Amino acid sequence: MKFHDEPAPGAPLPILPGHVSPGRLERVLRAGSFAVTAELAPPDSADPDEVYARARIFDGYVDAINATDGSGANCHMSSMGVCALLTRAGYAPIMQVSCRDRNRIGIQGDILGAAAMGVCNVLCLTGDGVQAGDHPQAKPVFDLDSISLLRIARSLRDEQRFQSGRKLTTAPRVFLGAAENPSALPHEWRALRLLKKIEAGAQFIQTQYCYDMPLLRAFLRSVEDLGALDKVFLLIGVGPLRSAKAADWMRTNVPGIHIPDALVERLRGAKDPVREGRDICIEIIQEVRAMNGVHGVHVMAYRQEESVAEIIDRSGVLAGRVPWYPGRDREPQRIDIEDKVTP
Amino acid sequence: MYRVRLWSVRHARGLNRLYRALEDLLVRLRPLMRLVGDKRLERPFAALERGTKGFLFDCKMCGQCVLSSTGMSCPMNCPKQLRNGPCGGVRADGNCEVLPDMKCVWVAAWEGGQRIPGGVESMRTVQFAVDRRLEGRSSWLRALRQRLGEEP
Repeated sequence: MKFHDEPAPGAPLPILPGHVSPGRLERVLRAGSFAVTAELAPPDSADPDEVYARARIFDGYVDAINATDGSGANCHMSSMGVCALLTRAGYAPIMQVSCRDRNRIGIQGDILGAAAMGVCNVLCLTGDGVQAGDHPQAKPVFDLDSISLLRIARSLRDEQRFQSGRKLTTAPRVFLGAAENPSALPHEWRALRLLKKIEAGAQFIQTQYCYDMPLLRAFLRSVEDLGALDKVFLLIGVGPLRSAKAADWMRTNVPGIHIPDALVERLRGAKDPVREGRDICIEIIQEVRAMNGVHGVHVMAYRQEESVAEIIDRSGVLAGRVPWYPGRDREPQRIDIEDKVTP
Repeated sequence: MYRVRLWSVRHARGLNRLYRALEDLLVRLRPLMRLVGDKRLERPFAALERGTKGFLFDCKMCGQCVLSSTGMSCPMNCPKQLRNGPCGGVRADGNCEVLPDMKCVWVAAWEGGQRIPGGVESMRTVQFAVDRRLEGRSSWLRALRQRLGEEP
């Protein structure tokens, strides 16, 4: 999709009335398109080319790229660094901000800095406990939780103030997001917590992996009962499972992830489990596409990022739309082979 | 103590009633307390709270108690100190993702909240970021001043 007022590929868009950010993701969602986002695994490296290589494999299939912030409490290149690199190339990153590693002074400064570098989307997370990662000896910060972070980020933008009350000269124009896990216990809490996040400032939601469709439907129903379904853009978390063993490992070791037995059995019985895992993912995408209140999917294909293009392509959810990527709108170069052939 | 903490959630209704009665008592004692002055009362009150709330709720003395809107389950026992509901990592048995042997404080809060009139409703309120300067200070004195409009 190319917007008529897009000044140059990748440059910030003019902020439309009713919009809060100059970003492409907000445009796509508010235009009513089914959005696709994907998670980029940040490298354990200081090489920018590794970031670009990891982004490039999504070209033409995703509207925004999530840069994780020490996900699973493991140390990687910072989300801030990844986002700064991505905006240089014109990509639309979603900067994930976790409360585990920085206090409110650090986080507010980072949001300003990121916005200054062209980041238009911020996903406010609490973050995993340090015990889950590769530095369990680290000090967990948790000065804020995701909901108080959302509030603070919103007042940076809308009231142009730090939490202290001190005034900003220019507010960060960021589209604010949060996470939710429809599959986690207690189920009664989930819709309520989503509502709290919306009240605190969340405009879009990216969920944890959803493999259990009846559970997701029940969650959507309770969100609807609270009158919150039309107050937020919901992107459902999906991802291909590599094998029955991987699925089993995930559901026993990653808290909060629920994978129904039927899916695991289907993978176990498959001749080509990798292919079967992708097929399941595509079926889930198509199923959630039809659900009322769902505005997109967030693909987390950890260690099989190369499959995202194929999955999105085969699912058909983009309906012919080609999300922007560097070079998409360049005039195709004519290569005339005939000329070079000497008679 | 963990087992006492769980007992407190099971008896959230009674404890909440006790809390209300204590608050009313303090309101009536307020003129007397003013004579002594909050400055002098601060330390004995903080010590009293540390003892009682520490025993009953594993209180962490954040100084801004929200127990009555968390079903008498202290949210500061959450390894992530979440004050607005459970994270997405609650285990299938209702235990904490970080401390697998501990019941999620928000699963407990949900149970306790059902036992308090308006308990679930009050969990819908968005809680602000904690003011870390209040750590170790008396929460009761502060709540009393707030109730009487002496402090915002």
